[in-house]
This record gives sequence, structure tokens and C-alpha cells, in this order.
Amino acid sequence: MSRLPLQGLLVLEFSQYLSGPSAGLRLADLGARVIKVERPQTGDAGRRLSIKNLWTDDSSMLFHTINRNKESYTADLKNADDLALVKKLIEKADVLTHNFRPGIMEKVGLGYSEVIKLNSRIIYGAISGYGKEGPWKNRPGQDLLLQSMSGLAYTTGNAKDNPMPFGLAIADNLCGSQLVQGILSALIRRHKTGTGALIEVSLLESLLDFQFELLTTYHSSGKLPKRSNVNNGHPLLHAPYGIYATTDGHIAIAMVDINQLAKAIGCNELMAYDQKVAFSLRDEIKTVLAKHLSTQSAAYWLEKLHAKDLWAMEVLDWERLTKLEAYKCLQMEQTITTTQGKNITTTRCPIRINGERIFSPKPAPQLGEHTEAINRELIGRKV
Amino acid sequence: MKPLQDIIVVDFSQFLSGPSAGLRLADMGAQVIKIERTGIGDICRQLYVSNVMIEGESTIFHAINRNKQSYAADLKNAEDLEKVKKIIAQADVLMHNFRPGVMERLGLDYETVKAINPQIVYAEVSGYGNEGPWKDLPGQDLLLQAVSGLTWLSSNRSDSPTPMGVAVVDILAGTHIAQGILAALLQRTITNEGSLVQVSMLESILDFQFEVLTCFYNDGRELPVRSEINNGHAYLSAPYGIYKTADGYLALAMGNITQLATLLQCHPLRNFTNTAEWFEKRDEIKTILANHLLARDTDAWLAVLEPADIWCAKVLDYDTLVQENGYQMLNMELKVKTSNGLSITTTRCPIRIDGEIFTSGIGAPLLGEHNEQIEEQFGLKKEPISDYEV
Repeated sequence: MSRLPLQGLLVLEFSQYLSGPSAGLRLADLGARVIKVERPQTGDAGRRLSIKNLWTDDSSMLFHTINRNKESYTADLKNADDLALVKKLIEKADVLTHNFRPGIMEKVGLGYSEVIKLNSRIIYGAISGYGKEGPWKNRPGQDLLLQSMSGLAYTTGNAKDNPMPFGLAIADNLCGSQLVQGILSALIRRHKTGTGALIEVSLLESLLDFQFELLTTYHSSGKLPKRSNVNNGHPLLHAPYGIYATTDGHIAIAMVDINQLAKAIGCNELMAYDQKVAFSLRDEIKTVLAKHLSTQSAAYWLEKLHAKDLWAMEVLDWERLTKLEAYKCLQMEQTITTTQGKNITTTRCPIRINGERIFSPKPAPQLGEHTEAINRELIGRKV
Repeated sequence: MKPLQDIIVVDFSQFLSGPSAGLRLADMGAQVIKIERTGIGDICRQLYVSNVMIEGESTIFHAINRNKQSYAADLKNAEDLEKVKKIIAQADVLMHNFRPGVMERLGLDYETVKAINPQIVYAEVSGYGNEGPWKDLPGQDLLLQAVSGLTWLSSNRSDSPTPMGVAVVDILAGTHIAQGILAALLQRTITNEGSLVQVSMLESILDFQFEVLTCFYNDGRELPVRSEINNGHAYLSAPYGIYKTADGYLALAMGNITQLATLLQCHPLRNFTNTAEWFEKRDEIKTILANHLLARDTDAWLAVLEPADIWCAKVLDYDTLVQENGYQMLNMELKVKTSNGLSITTTRCPIRIDGEIFTSGIGAPLLGEHNEQIEEQFGLKKEPISDYEV
């Protein structure tokens, strides 16, 4: 790619774990230079957090996944000399992000009001768990806990199941995305006004925003959304919306007219229902449908449904998906060589610009790997 | 000043993915003009969910399209198309989420639009990208969840593949297209050139799985294994999950099992001193924990766990959440008024700028509500015939 859109931007990332660093990764992939400012010896706590106990070197594979395409600068913010150097970096930066609990950055003298004195054009992005005020402000901003507190755990699974979390860090991911949107908007404004901005997002507000359809419906009706008793796909949606077992796997059926569906799959029992009762009798309809679909293979049903242009797809796992041309043609994978010479395959940025996919071969940094070079280059410090 | 003030977005998109991006841009100050089909409009107007409707239109249409304008046009009518092209000529962003080929047939493909307005950021959301065997298939949220492997991550091991109960693919694709649009607008301030920005729902939902897919790619292509009970994340150790208590539910995130054994006075857990077992024997540990936690109320457990800084929380539904001071402090609810005067409570933009929240009270537009105003703004009105010509 000739020029990435964020080329020339300098981002200082004080963030750890996933929410802030996922924002940093997106900015890096879109062309920004992202420098992680990390604590000596330990660094981003995400370096020590592994999933499935997978390690790439001293750091977890998870850390390598989230922090590729970045540099690392170590500084002890409680040490005056180090802090002075960090302040010099801040003078040069366009963006700063952090996801410490409220008050921590202020304590080391890097709160927004201090930082704008150093650099009035900076965009200061702060992530919190629950906002910086209120009774929850010091609670741990951890993904599962936010899912549990925001009502989200009552959207997945069937009505009789326990509240069920999404099996991925949805709060972290969405909050990182909102931060990117806020930062980029503020940079656009800075071009007109010359002024910086404070951008604040929280995991809780991000998850409430995510549930905006459900919450608006809740506020209108005063009734809690209810997961269907069987084959729940979405609490607000009528039958047949959900995933169904066949003799050899599962198929997903989205919004489809009940009569059309009954005809397409030749289900006489389903003919007794129509679209008017597709919500009120959804459990009954889904039960009839589930029984009927369990008699033939996934391919058999999909052929019948697709022949009538009805919205259905087979449920795949990664093993089967990654073998398909529909996946391969995306070229979603990229292989990166770490500084210690190990190859890791991971995903690329999902956004294409001017028809081109964005790949980046730059690996995640070793802790402090770029401290000296950055001191020389950006601070002009003689070594 | 709102950050995107003066930015004009011409939005042809429907349903949720594109419109959710348009909403965020509108929240941050952009003028978002929905171009809708005369007589019908955004199909989402008729997409009823549950049994709740507002003014005969679906609640979700109102939630997604507040703070926008509506311009009704028949793009197959030459005169209407000409007017829309004149709007495009003065716009900063064009967005659509039609299936591949539709904009080409309408004569509004990127090359044509770029010729009209070289500085425009042209953004498109597709289901599966513009190439490959799936390109013409409907880009629908549940179907994308189904094909992307996502349904093998939630719920317990012996359960069926389980979709996430919110339109997560639409929303993520919406955030990605918004990011691409904003990055391209920022670039334009330097290069003075527009861009084509493309996102597909499939790439977006793969990106969401980037951590666990990276495990799969590098760890011998082993598929995720959900825990047998109380699954919270297929790749995480016990106790990660949600547990039933005597009066409700308790969430426990990453935690030290032996410390939990002591705090909860759960003696059988004391034997799990080897941290590797917390993953390998997570089903066993979770079973012990699940039985033990049934004995007391959620608050009683929290009273023991919270002072010790254990990552835990009470599980709330909307009824209990909205009673909490921690929720009310956020002022997350927003009242908007529709053009018919009806008041609707929805959520506001989750981004705060310079300490301020955005609370525009403008509701979703009626179909074609802003035709007159927009024709005025973009100089599309026919000149009145002058007296001299009569």
C-alpha cells in the first residue's frame, strides 16, 4: 500500500491487557506509529497473561497477537528522570491512551490537565471500567464482570439456562473500537481548530451502547427481553431465528416467513402457523421446526432453503471454514516473524483501503526493545 | 464544537451494520442523510422485533436512525438520480451496504462517484467481500455467526453451537467501517484525496476472534473446547464463568483457586495447588465451586470476595441494573422526540469528549421528511419561472 491513512501519527500507549491495546493495534495497522510505554522488568501485564498456556518467548502468544506492529519504551513513571523523558515524548505525540483505574495517571502527574500543558494539541484517550465517578469507579474493569453487570448475560442461551456470557471479550473489544472512533474524530477536529481533546470511554457504556436495540425496546415496553425456551438466537426475534440440529450437523435460519419456510422444507405441521404468531408462539414453532429438521442432513435442508432464497447457512467450525475458498479468498491470515525468529500466524486488519488489504509484518516488541532508539531519535538524547 | 461538525454523510445503507456507523458519525456531529427508496424506505422500518412498535415502525429503526435526516428518492428515476448525484458532489462521505453489483447497476459505483467528487470517502459494507463463492449471499448477522466458527465459543461443551444473542457482527462491522471512514477523512486533510473503504461482515467477525484464531493457527489447529459446565471462555481456566447462588447469580473472572478455597471456605478446592490444573481440571473445579456457591446469597459471597480484591460481580438484568446508582450516574438514557411528537427513551453515544456527553434529542426521521430542506441546502430546487418568460 502506497500510503496508509494514519501515516505520520505518533501514539503513546500506556494501556495494558486488551481494551486499550486493541485500539492501539487498529491505529498501528492504519498507519500510526504506536509506542507502548511500559514498566521496566514487567511491562504490560498482558505479557504474562496467556490463554491455553501458549507462550511465544517471555511473553504470551496473546500479547504477541494484540501488540504486533508496535514499539516498546520502558520507563518507571515513579522515577523523576524517567518521567521527564516520558514528558518529552508526550510533547512530540499526537495521541496518548491509557486504561488505568481512575486517578492513577493523575497520581504520577500525567492526568489530562497536566498533559495538555505539555502538549495542547494532544488527543488524550482514557478507558475506564465504569466511568470515573460513581460507586463502581474502582471496581475491576474486567470483561466477564462487565457482561454480567450490564444485562448482556441474559441475551444468549435459552430461557431456562443460567445467564450466559459471550465466550469472547466483547466489552474490551467494543470499548477499544469506541476509543478509536473518538480519537480519530478528535484528530479531524484538531485539523480545523488546532486543539487537542480528552476522549473518555468505559467498558460499561460501550456494552450498554452495544445493547441499544434491546434497551430501547425495554424502555418502550417496560418488559425484560426474554430468551426463547428453545433454539434462542436473539431475544427480540421471532421464530425461526436460531440454530437447529440436523442428522449431521447444524444449520442457522435467520428471518424467514413461516409459510415460505414450511413450504420450502415440506413441513405440514408448520403450515398451521403464520407470520402473525411468529413471535407469540415462537417456542411452539421452533419445537416443531427442530423436530422436522432433525430428520435429514444439513446439505439436504440447505439445498431446499437456498433454492427459495431463504436466509440460512450451515454452522461451521474453524477447521471446516478455513478450508473453504470463501475463507481463503479473503486472505485474512498473515505470518509474522518475531524478533527472536519464531513465526506466528495471525489475522490482519479487517479494513481495506482503496481495494487493498492491510498487512503488517512488524512483530510485537520485546520489553524495552526500542527505548534507546526512541531516546536518540525523538528526545535527541546522547547515549 | 462537535468533532465532525461540517461533515456530510450520504447514507444509502439499511438494516443495522451501516446505519449503526451512521449513528455514531451523527452523534459526533456529522449531518447524516439517509437516502431511502420512495414509498418504502429503509427495510428496517418494517423489521418488527418482538411485539413492540413505535408509530407503526419497529423500535429498532428508531434506535438506530435517531439524529439523521431522510431524503426519499427513486434511484431508477433519472431526475431523482441526478439530484442525488448533486448531493453526493457536495458530500464528504458516501456509505452503502448493498450486495456487490447493486451500486454499479444504479450508476453509483466508486469510479463514477469519484469522477463526480474526487475527495469523497466511499465506504461499503458487504457480507462476505466482493469476491469468492459467497459474495452474493445475504450478509445477515446470525448466518455470519454460524459460518465464522463463533458459535462454538459460548455455552457449555455438550450444548449445541450457540449464537451470541445480540447482532454482534453488524455492530462490529459498523465500528470497523466508521474507523475506516474517519481514518480516510483524516488522511484527506493531508492529501486532499478521497478513498474507498471496504469492510465485510465476515472479516469483521474473524477480527473479533483474533486472539483465539491465533491460538488455532499456531497450536496444531485444535478447535476450541468449551468447559463442561459454567463456561465463560473456552480458553480460560477455572473459575471463569457465571455461577448460581442461593438467590441469584455470581460472576467469577480470573482468580487464584487456593485463595478462593480459603475465602469461600470451600475445602475440596484446597487440593488444587498446581496452577496448571486450573485449566486442565477446570470442569472438576467448576463443579465443586458450583455446588458450594449454591449455599449462600450472592451478596454474602460478595462480602467475602470483594474486600480481597477478587474479580467478581453480581449478575444483573435490566430491571436490577437500572436501579443501581452506578448505572444512573452514567446518564446513559437519552430521550428523543420523533417528528410526530412521540417521546422515546434510548441510549446515547458512549464516547465523552472534553468531559461532555452528547445528548441530541432528535428522533428518527419520517420517510422523506427532509426532502425539501435538503433540496434547499444543496441547491436542487428548480428555479421559479420568471415573469419575463411567461
